[in-house]
Amino acid sequence: MSDAVQLSVENVHLAFGGTQALFDVSFNVCERELLAIIGPNGAGKTSMLNCINSFYRPDKGRIVFKGNDLARLPSHRVAYLGIARTFQNIALYTGMSVLNNLMAARHVHMKYGMLAGALYFGRASKEEVEHRIVVEEIIDFLEIEHIRKAVVGALPYGLRKRVELGRALALEPELLLLDEPMAGMNLEEKEDMARFILDIHELQGTTILLIEHDMGLVMDIAERVIVLDFGIKIAEGTPDEIKNNPKVIQAYLGEEFGAIPTDMGSE
Amino acid sequence: MAILRPAGDYDRSYRQDKRYIRKPWQWVILFASIGVVATCPYWGTPYIITTANRIGYTIIAVQGLNILTGYTGQISLGQAAFMLVGGYVSTLVVTHLGLSMFLALPIAAVGAGIVGLIFGLPSLRVKGFYLAMATLAAQFIIPWLTKHTFPEFLGGTEGRIATPVPQIGSFLFNEPARFIYITLGVLIITTFIAANITRTRLGRAFVAIRDNDLAAELLGVNLFGYKLRAFFIAAMYAGLAGALKAHYQRAIGTEFGYSLTESIVLLGMLVVGGLGTNIGPFLGATFIIVMQDVSNVVGSNFAAIMPHEMTARLLTSFRPIFFGLILMFFLIFEPRGLAHRWQLFKAAWRLRPFSH
Repeated sequence: MSDAVQLSVENVHLAFGGTQALFDVSFNVCERELLAIIGPNGAGKTSMLNCINSFYRPDKGRIVFKGNDLARLPSHRVAYLGIARTFQNIALYTGMSVLNNLMAARHVHMKYGMLAGALYFGRASKEEVEHRIVVEEIIDFLEIEHIRKAVVGALPYGLRKRVELGRALALEPELLLLDEPMAGMNLEEKEDMARFILDIHELQGTTILLIEHDMGLVMDIAERVIVLDFGIKIAEGTPDEIKNNPKVIQAYLGEEFGAIPTDMGSE
Repeated sequence: MAILRPAGDYDRSYRQDKRYIRKPWQWVILFASIGVVATCPYWGTPYIITTANRIGYTIIAVQGLNILTGYTGQISLGQAAFMLVGGYVSTLVVTHLGLSMFLALPIAAVGAGIVGLIFGLPSLRVKGFYLAMATLAAQFIIPWLTKHTFPEFLGGTEGRIATPVPQIGSFLFNEPARFIYITLGVLIITTFIAANITRTRLGRAFVAIRDNDLAAELLGVNLFGYKLRAFFIAAMYAGLAGALKAHYQRAIGTEFGYSLTESIVLLGMLVVGGLGTNIGPFLGATFIIVMQDVSNVVGSNFAAIMPHEMTARLLTSFRPIFFGLILMFFLIFEPRGLAHRWQLFKAAWRLRPFSH
C-alpha cells in the first residue's frame, strides 16, 4: 500500500426518487490498497460500486480515477480504464463455457477488428492465442482447469463465484471491485476465496475494493475499512479502529451499545 | 456440457483447440457434402434442384437472424423486409448501373445492412417483446415504401419488377440447375464468416449481451455499438439472401414472399434448428422447407377426401396449421432445437455400444 491516491470519491450524492441512497460520501482509495466497505443491508454499498462503474450517475459530487471523472464516461469506457467488477448476484454469461467467459473479458485488450475476426485471418488468430495464454494463467491460478470447457450455467454456486472472479481478473484490472465475493459460501469456500483475494492483492498488486458481510473475514484481510449506514459514511479506519467505534456498533446493534458484538471479528 | 472425445484425443495447441475441423475425415465429410450439392444438377430431379436453391438462400437469411436473435438475443421480426431491400438493391444496381450480379450482391448486402441499422436503433432503449414490436415496423414500412415511392424504379402499386438473369460472359445462370452454384458459393462464404464471427471477439461480445447485458457493459462491451453491429450483420445476410432469391425468381416485389409471415417462418426455422448454434440454420431451414412441401402433398390428399365445399379452404389452411403444430411441438419437447438433438446423437454415437 502506498499513499498515492488512485480513486477519489468526492462528496457523492445519489437519490432514487425520494430515497437517498448515498449522501455526501467521500473517501480515497490508495494504490495497491485492500479497502473494505461494510454496512447493514441497504446502506448503499452496491450503489457506491455502481457509481464507480458509472452505471449510476451521482446527482452531485465527482469520482476521479487516474485523472478521469468517471461520471462523464459511459460504463464500458470505465472498464477500459482498468476497473473490473464482480457482482453480488452472480452475473456470468451462463450460455458460454468458463473459458469463453474469461475470453469475453479480454474484449478490452483485443485489437483486431470485425473484418479480421470474420475472416479469422492473420492477426485475429494470432491474438486469440496470445489472449488464450493469459486466460489460461488465470485458470491455473484459480484452480478451475477441470471446468475450463464446462458451460457456466451447469456449474455449482461456489465455482461460479470463482469463475466470476476469474472473469474480472481477465480484464487485468488496476482496481478490482468485489461485491460480496463470499456471500452464501461455506467456510472452506470462503477461505479459498480469501486466499485468492489476498494473492491477487499481494502478488499482482491490484487495488481491491471489497464489500463483504462476514465481519471476521473483513477484519482479517482488509487494510482499511469504510462503514456506510443509510447512505452516510459513518466511520473510516483500520479494522481495529472500526471494531471499537461506537457509531459502528450503534449502526449494527441499535441504540443500546456498549458491548462489543461477538461477530465483529473478536475471536 | 463438455464435449466428449475419444480417449487419447487431445489438442496440442490453443490454435488446434479452436478449430472446427480437426480430423481428416471431417474434411472429407465437408467436401463430400459440398460435392453432393454441387453435383445435384446431374443426379437430382427438378424438384430436388429447385428445393436445394430455396433451402440455400433461406439458410443464409436464417444465419443472419441467428447472429441477431440466437447469439445477441435481440428478437427481430423484420428479416423478410431486409431481404426485400436486398432484392431491390441488387435488381436496381444490375438493371440501371449495368453491374454484374456478383458485384451487386455485396452492394445489396451493405444496402440492406444500412436499412437494418436504422431499424436496430430502438434496441438501445427496448428489449424483448418491445424490440420485436419495433422491428415489426420494418415489415410494414419497407413494403409500403416499395409500393408507394419511386414507382418508375420500384414497380409502383403493381409491386414488382423483373430481375435480370445473372451471367458470366455469355454463360447464363438462367435455370435452377445452374443457379445452384451461385447459391452454394454464397452459402459457403456466409457460413465461413458466421462460424468465424461466433468464435472470435465479436461473437463473444454478442453472447455476453444476450446472457447478461449489465455485466457485458461493465466489462467493456459497448452495448449499443454491438447491438447495432448485430443488426447490421443480420440485415446484410438478409440482403444477400434476398438478392439471391430475387435473381433466382427473376423478379422482386412484395408479393414474392417477403411478408410478416415469412419473417415469422424464418424465426420458426431458427427455433426449430437451434438458437445460437452454427448448425441450427441448416437443420431448421431444411427441416421446415421439406415439411412445408410434405404438408402441401399431405394437405391436398387430405382435402381431396373431404366434402367438396371444404376442399378449397383446407388446401389453403393446412400449411400454416402444420407449421404451427411443428413449432409448438418443438417449443414444448425440444426447445433447444434440432442442433441439441444432433449433439445428443453424436454423444451417443461416440459412446456406442455402451450407453454410459
